Amino acid sequence: MSAGVLVIGAGQAAVQLACSLREDGYQLPITLVSDQPHAPYQRPPLSKAFLKGAASVESLAFRDPEFYETHEITLLTGERVVAVDRRDDGSGTAACASGRSLEYTRLVLATGAVPRRPPVAARGLAGTYVLETLDDATALRAGLADARDVVVIGGGFIGLEVAASARLLGRSVVVVETATTLMGRVVSPLVADRALLHHRRSGVDVRLGVAPTSIAVDDDAVSGVELDDGTMLPAQAVVLGVGVSPRVTLAEQLGLDCDDGIIVDSSCVASDGTTLAIGDCAVTATPEGAGASGRIRLESVDNATEQAKIAADTLMGRPRDGRWVPWFWSDQGDFKLQIAGLRHPTDHAVVRDYPDSSKLTVIHYREGRMVAAESANAPADFVASRKALGNGWTLDPARVADPACSLKSLLEDASRA
Amino acid sequence: MSKIFITRADGSEVVVEGQPGDSVMTAAVRQGISDIIGQCGGTLSCATCHVFLADDQLGLYGSVSELEDEMLECTSTEREPSSRLSCQVTLIDGVDVTITLPADQL
Repeated sequence: MSAGVLVIGAGQAAVQLACSLREDGYQLPITLVSDQPHAPYQRPPLSKAFLKGAASVESLAFRDPEFYETHEITLLTGERVVAVDRRDDGSGTAACASGRSLEYTRLVLATGAVPRRPPVAARGLAGTYVLETLDDATALRAGLADARDVVVIGGGFIGLEVAASARLLGRSVVVVETATTLMGRVVSPLVADRALLHHRRSGVDVRLGVAPTSIAVDDDAVSGVELDDGTMLPAQAVVLGVGVSPRVTLAEQLGLDCDDGIIVDSSCVASDGTTLAIGDCAVTATPEGAGASGRIRLESVDNATEQAKIAADTLMGRPRDGRWVPWFWSDQGDFKLQIAGLRHPTDHAVVRDYPDSSKLTVIHYREGRMVAAESANAPADFVASRKALGNGWTLDPARVADPACSLKSLLEDASRA
Repeated sequence: MSKIFITRADGSEVVVEGQPGDSVMTAAVRQGISDIIGQCGGTLSCATCHVFLADDQLGLYGSVSELEDEMLECTSTEREPSSRLSCQVTLIDGVDVTITLPADQL
C-alpha cells in the first residue's frame, strides 16, 4: 500500500487539508506530524478569548478526537521531523527526533512561522513572552495574572490584540512601536490613526517612534523596558509582538527555493515540482504583485484554509490556479477590524466616515476598480465589500463616501456595471 | 445533550450531537459538517456559519444582536427571516434543534 500524504504541521492549514482530502475521496493514509503536545487547535483565540480566560483549552479544538479516527487521519503529536530524504518520484522518508521514520508518497509542509525576537530580547528571560502556540498563550496568561505593568513591544495585530486583552484584565499596558503608525505593514494610515485613538481611549499607553534599548532585570526576572528616548517603563511582563519568520529549515534542507517563505506556485507546489507548502510558511505569486518580487506571504486563517483546499485539489490530481480575495480580521478589544482584498499604498482611498468616530470604512480603488476594503467596527460595510470584491464588482466611489447610503444598496448597481 | 438535525442544501440529512453551552457552529464543525465553515471561530467576524433555523424554534435562541444582524446582511446565500449565524445559537440541554444549510457560505 502506498504511504500517502505526510503533512508536517498540525495547524489551520494542515487540518483543513486533511479534512478536504477525505471529503474529496482521497483513499491513502493521511498523517499529520507536529512537535506540539496538543491535538490540533485554533490559534486566533489565543491572543483574545483564551488570554482573557473566556475560552478553555478544550474549546480550541478544531475537531472532536473521534473525527480523526473515523476519517483515518493519523495525528502524531510531540514528534519533530528533523530530516527528510526525498526520492526522485517525490516520495520519501521523514526522520523524527524520536528515531521514528515516516514514509510518504507526497509531502506537504505546513510548518507555520516562528515569532521573531527583537535584538533587545534575543535571549529568553523570565517575564518575556512570545505568542505562537497554546503553551505560549498559557504561559502568557499566567504571566499576565501576576503582572501589574505590561509592556508590549510591537504595534501589529498580535501586539494590539494582546494589549487590549491585558487592558481588559485591568493591567497597566504600554505598547511600544518603532514605526510612527500602528500596524504599518497591514492597514492604511487612516485606519491606523483610528486604531490609535481607540487604544488610547481604552487606556492603553501607545508610544510611537521609539525603540526599546534594553530590558531591565531584577532577580532574574523582567522589571522594565528602557526606551531610546530615555524613558524607563516598569514591566513585570513583556510581550514580544514584532512579527514572525516562516519555518523553512526543512524546505531549505530539501533544496526548495525560499524567499521569506517557501515559494510555491498557484497550485501550492514548491520549486521541486512535487512538495507542497501551505499556510504561514508559504509565499506565492499575487495577481497584482504586492511586493517588489510579486510574491506575498499571508498570515491568516483565510489564507491557510484556501491554500489547503487548493493543495487538496493538487493532490487529487486536478491542480487549479488558486485565486481568491483574501480577507483578515483582528478583534482588538472592542475595536473590530475586518479587511478584504490587498491594497497598495498607491491605491486611491475613499473614506466612509461615520459620526461615531470608532466606526470607519476605507475603500481602495486601482485604476477605477475596487481592490480592497478596510472596516473598523463596521461589519455591514465589510460583508458588502467582501461580496463586491468576491464578484469582481466595483462599488461607486462617489456614493460609498456617504455613510448614510448603505453599501449593500450599492451592490445591485455594481453588479450591472 | 442535544441533537442537531441538519438538512443540507442538496436535501441530504445528517444528525450530530452537541453539549449544552456549545454553539451549533462549534458542535457541527467539530464533527466535520463542512458546509458550516466558522472560520473566525465564533467571534462574528466572518459570517461563514449561516443557517436557517426551523420556524418553530426561532424564539428559543434569543434575538439577533446588532452585530449578528450586520454580518447577516450580505450572506452568500440570501438571508431569510429564519437566518442565523450558528455561532450565536447556543445549545440548550435536552432541546433538539433543526437547521437547514444554505448552498454557499462564502
